[in-house]
Amino acid sequence: MALIRTSSPHLHKASSTADVMRLVALATLPGLAAMTFFFGWGTIINVMWACLLAVGFEACIVKIRKRPLGFYLKDYSAIVTALLLGLALPPFAPWWITLVGVFVAIVIAKHLYGGLGQNPFNPAMVAYALLLVSFPVQMTSWAEPFVLTHGDSWQVLEFTQTLGAIFGSVDPALIDMYTGATPLDAMRHRGGLTTEEVWRTVPVLAEGIGAWHAVSAAYLMGGVFLIYRKVFTLHTPAAVLGSLAVISSIFYMLDPYAFADPFFHLTAGATMLGAFFIATDPVTSATSNRGKIIFGIGIGILIYVIRGWGGYPDAIAFAVLLMNLCAPFIDQYTQPRSYGHAKAKRGMKGGA
Amino acid sequence: MSGDLKKISMDGLWGNNPALVQLLGLCPLLAVTGTVVNAIGLGIASTLVLLGSNLTVSAFRKFVPESVRLPIFVMIIASFVTAIELLMKAFTYELYLILGIFIPLIVTNCAIMGRADAFACKNPVKESLIDGLMMGLGFTAVLVVLGAMREALGLGVLFSDMHLLFGPMAEGWKITLVDDYPGFLFAILPPGAFVGMGLIIALKNVIDARNDARKAALNPSDGVRPERVRVTG
Repeated sequence: MALIRTSSPHLHKASSTADVMRLVALATLPGLAAMTFFFGWGTIINVMWACLLAVGFEACIVKIRKRPLGFYLKDYSAIVTALLLGLALPPFAPWWITLVGVFVAIVIAKHLYGGLGQNPFNPAMVAYALLLVSFPVQMTSWAEPFVLTHGDSWQVLEFTQTLGAIFGSVDPALIDMYTGATPLDAMRHRGGLTTEEVWRTVPVLAEGIGAWHAVSAAYLMGGVFLIYRKVFTLHTPAAVLGSLAVISSIFYMLDPYAFADPFFHLTAGATMLGAFFIATDPVTSATSNRGKIIFGIGIGILIYVIRGWGGYPDAIAFAVLLMNLCAPFIDQYTQPRSYGHAKAKRGMKGGA
Repeated sequence: MSGDLKKISMDGLWGNNPALVQLLGLCPLLAVTGTVVNAIGLGIASTLVLLGSNLTVSAFRKFVPESVRLPIFVMIIASFVTAIELLMKAFTYELYLILGIFIPLIVTNCAIMGRADAFACKNPVKESLIDGLMMGLGFTAVLVVLGAMREALGLGVLFSDMHLLFGPMAEGWKITLVDDYPGFLFAILPPGAFVGMGLIIALKNVIDARNDARKAALNPSDGVRPERVRVTG
């Protein structure tokens, strides 16, 4: 037995679900701030509205399931789901998109499977995938960073007008001025241009890409904070980002005209959000450290495959959901050796 | 005898419903129930095939050797499906085009083969006919409920395009539930069918559980209390 090499006190307070969820919520704040700074008030409104709905739906469904209301509301899991969904939605998504999404996340993806801890799929990503498949028009109109609409001056659509746009009281034509393709979109649907030409000619890549770099850096900060606080280990995010970097480097070296560089893949879209906040969900990812690495590598490769050859420009939700499906299988083959036993029980013979 | 027929009918419509309890024929059930008219079209076609195959299988049950019964059933079912397919081509051509491969695929619908093998080849003609009819109606009912759910959720309308099946008089049957509905593609796509189907099965289980509880409350001695087993001589 290893000796404890720190000074007293040696007591630990076991962290509860609520503590962990509060930390995760706290760690999304830099990302939320960066998104608000570059893309306007929409994200904050979406997050607020999603949290409100999530608490409402959670209360209703817990009541229907005849479970203790206070206990389930106080674990903050509904809030975190709503936060992640709100961050993933386009900033000008209409109110009913969030409504449908939160309903699907909380009621169908979480509670119909038995509640927190029983859900095989990440609720926020189920909701996001469903919305993306169902409402492609609303879900693919992303806000443009302010540098593209107003140049150097920090000027985003006013709070009240954004609120009106989301809740349908402002003419949608106004919003069209503030939305455009995302970098991943531009890279995916570029016609016959080479990668270098896309970087030079498409404004969102030539001038606006900084916004995505900053948002990714903010999520990275949040993720590092969570690793520092030991909410999750380095394994999953490192495997996601590492495998994505490796596979995109290979293709970029093979043909730099047809494929985007690894840095682009790591910073565009929701890669950082996905790697640190979505793939690390303890319920739906693999359990052992070795399992987490396999799980993360799977996500990284799937992200690249779907981004490169799939029908949708970004791929985090689909990649995470597909690997969620594999997590029990991975667990079965990566069960670590238990202390005092010679061999680990793995596979069909050892497992259930 | 009439009690028997009543039990057969209740089994087909509810207690042993091919879609909700036996979970047979899920492929067409999930694939074509995007609208009510598709559901009714496929439901009627399946019911007619089920009626015909149950009748024929039951009538010839004493001449069919046990060892080759399945190929014979398949031949019988396939002939009825071919007849139905030609009929649909003649009278409801547009619906036939929409349902496409799922009309010929009725041959492989396990519900029909299942009834032929589990019921019709062991029972007289009359019972088999009733069984075929009720199983078919039970299947159609689930198709229609699922179709209505998906059409209402996915498109915001009900009973659209009913003229494909019922002729020009059905042109005005379409009900628009919500104006300017943005459309909910998920409900139209196969995943929506799976979720809808799960909800319908859950609803049936809830109703069954309520009925059982009520029955148990009315006469508590009715099989709920376990009987004491005599273990001594």
